[in-house]
Amino acid sequence: MSVSTLILLVLGLGLAGWLVARSRAAMFRRASGDGRIASLPVYHGWYAALWIVVPTLVFLIAWSSISEQLIIQHVLASPAADGLPSFGMQRETLLSEARAVASGAANGVFNQDAAPLIEPFEEAITRYSIIGFVVSLLVAGAGAGFAFLRLKPDFRARTRVERAVLTTLLIASLVAILTTLGILVSLVFETVRFFSMVNPLDFLFGTNWSPDPMSSASDPDGSRYGAIPLFWGTLFIGAIIAMIVAIPLGMMSAIYLNQYAAPRVRTWVKPMLEILAGVPTVVYGYFAALTIAPAIRDIALSLGVSNPSSESALAAGLVMGVMIIPFVSSMADDSIAAVPQAMKDGSLAMGATQNETIKRVLVPAALPGIVAGIMLAISRAIGETMIVVMAASFAANLSANPLEAMTTVTVQIVALLTGEGSFDHPATLAAFALGFVLFMVTLVLNIIALRVVKRFREAYE
Amino acid sequence: MVMSETADSPLANQAQKSLEHENVEVGEPKMRARDVDVYYGSKQAIDGVDIDVYTEYVTAFIGPSGCGKSTFLRALNRMNDTIPSARVTGTIELDGEDIYSSGMDVVQLRARVGMVFQKPNPFPKSIYDNIAYGPKIHGLAESKADLDKVVEKSLRRAGLWEEVKDRLSDSGTALSGGQQQRLCIARAIAVDPEVILMDEPCSALDPIATAKIEELIDELRGRYGIVIVTHSMQQAARVSQRTAFFHLGNLVEYGHTSDIFTNPVEQRTQDYITGRYG
Repeated sequence: MSVSTLILLVLGLGLAGWLVARSRAAMFRRASGDGRIASLPVYHGWYAALWIVVPTLVFLIAWSSISEQLIIQHVLASPAADGLPSFGMQRETLLSEARAVASGAANGVFNQDAAPLIEPFEEAITRYSIIGFVVSLLVAGAGAGFAFLRLKPDFRARTRVERAVLTTLLIASLVAILTTLGILVSLVFETVRFFSMVNPLDFLFGTNWSPDPMSSASDPDGSRYGAIPLFWGTLFIGAIIAMIVAIPLGMMSAIYLNQYAAPRVRTWVKPMLEILAGVPTVVYGYFAALTIAPAIRDIALSLGVSNPSSESALAAGLVMGVMIIPFVSSMADDSIAAVPQAMKDGSLAMGATQNETIKRVLVPAALPGIVAGIMLAISRAIGETMIVVMAASFAANLSANPLEAMTTVTVQIVALLTGEGSFDHPATLAAFALGFVLFMVTLVLNIIALRVVKRFREAYE
Repeated sequence: MVMSETADSPLANQAQKSLEHENVEVGEPKMRARDVDVYYGSKQAIDGVDIDVYTEYVTAFIGPSGCGKSTFLRALNRMNDTIPSARVTGTIELDGEDIYSSGMDVVQLRARVGMVFQKPNPFPKSIYDNIAYGPKIHGLAESKADLDKVVEKSLRRAGLWEEVKDRLSDSGTALSGGQQQRLCIARAIAVDPEVILMDEPCSALDPIATAKIEELIDELRGRYGIVIVTHSMQQAARVSQRTAFFHLGNLVEYGHTSDIFTNPVEQRTQDYITGRYG
């Protein structure tokens, strides 16, 4: 009996429990005379159904992994398994072939050596599915018994069901948090491995980045893992060039949309601006690599710059700035809109023009929100991968010239992890250390930004 | 509370008192409104209002909620311009000049006709910067010392100087509600307006803060034309010398405060001030 039929069975039992408990509670209700019982019959129904379904499903999930092991053990213990190779691919293949035939997924074995294993597999599968079936029925029965024993007119099934709903919601939200933690733990783990091979000081403060995956893994040259050029490239492209584009344009479009645009213009322009945020970053990447970068090189040539790079930091930064505009503008828009109308009226009533009001009252009042928006935008820009992979270069240069080729943390992570690198080698593990640094920086930026926004909201509520 | 003899009511007594110090020389009206209509879209909010505002008098607008008194007040310094659907017809003159004419600079107008709002709305800046805001944008102060003087003078006139002189760099929003409202009055005074419009300036304040504001209004009378919208008839009786009663967008009655409260001409006015509706 397969797991899916078992699950259907359990759900069926749950439905039966629901119906029975509900009708019994309805009887209480009629018997009570005034029709008032602690909980409506439907809550008793849910209470019973939950007690039947949840423990049984938990058991089934656990059982499906345990029974797997038990089946393999049974087969290996049989005399037919003596002929198996002791380890390796051959052994796995034979086992899985025999298993496929035994469970009915295949008609015959390709490798005749697997044939004698079919019978022990059939035996084991039958045995453990019967055990699983019986135990799940027992669990369901126990759950049902427990629920029905508590089924009394004054039992508060309603609050119990409420609590079950609460638990479900809690678990759902925990998934996201646990995933974040899991990512962090795995990053930390690999980062620690990297730092056991390369001195963290070399990594954080060295200025030469040229990891060599071909070098000896046991004795890496720490001086080749200086990540400063990467950090600089990331900041220069993501936090400087991109923000020089995004902050003024984003702010100005937010002010225009919020303060000047007629409602009809606003209903058209705002969604179009938001479309910018929805363009896949790989498309921005093409645009940067195929249109902007050559254009910048041609302009630089015509201005007499000798031998400009075709993969300039400027091209990647400019396009990234355009990508970030909607983030800055929508945060700025929200913050300006959150400034009370009374503030604006107060300024206008003093004889200030609209422009003076925006400059001297609205923007300063909205500043915390705007700054938070910019920080979120920076954290997005420095974590952005696709544009820089396509438009920035792989060469780690420490330079303040925007026409030079530069690389970023994300580009190097991609470079280190795509390829044949071994996961024991520092040249690969360096990717995790870089990822960890990036994660920490964006995390801190996000936390600060969220706190600032929270303060700001409180100020006007 | 239904009274046959309005003259016996406490309101009338208060109004009688304010009548006593009303023996002042009255010049030309500072503002003159004639046949003013205000529309929001197709809905008419104000219908044919004629009113004169004098520097020598505090003018109170009273009337039930939604009667249009705030709308009319906002027409006096064109704050209604900020509402796209609002439209004003008729003439409103400031010193004989039509404020809705194309030659009128609305920014200059609002510097001459200041406004104080229902809820205190200090800017999220320091106390000093709140007051200095207007003089700065209008270029009224030549130097930092000038500006300091304007700030002190305005705060003194608003009766706030003694309370805040040691903490001018604190945020204006950290003051109490009553202080915030006096800060807003000081802010309005700082640009040296000719008329100050007050839209229910005490409705968010406790009685003590209210008493201070009322005292302040009385002190400012004569220097600035003051128009106050209020829901409290006691307040109107206490602070004003002229009262206009609005009802459903119409100006029902306008005259000396003492007359309105003791001897109203219109039945509707009488009903309102004796509490029969509103």
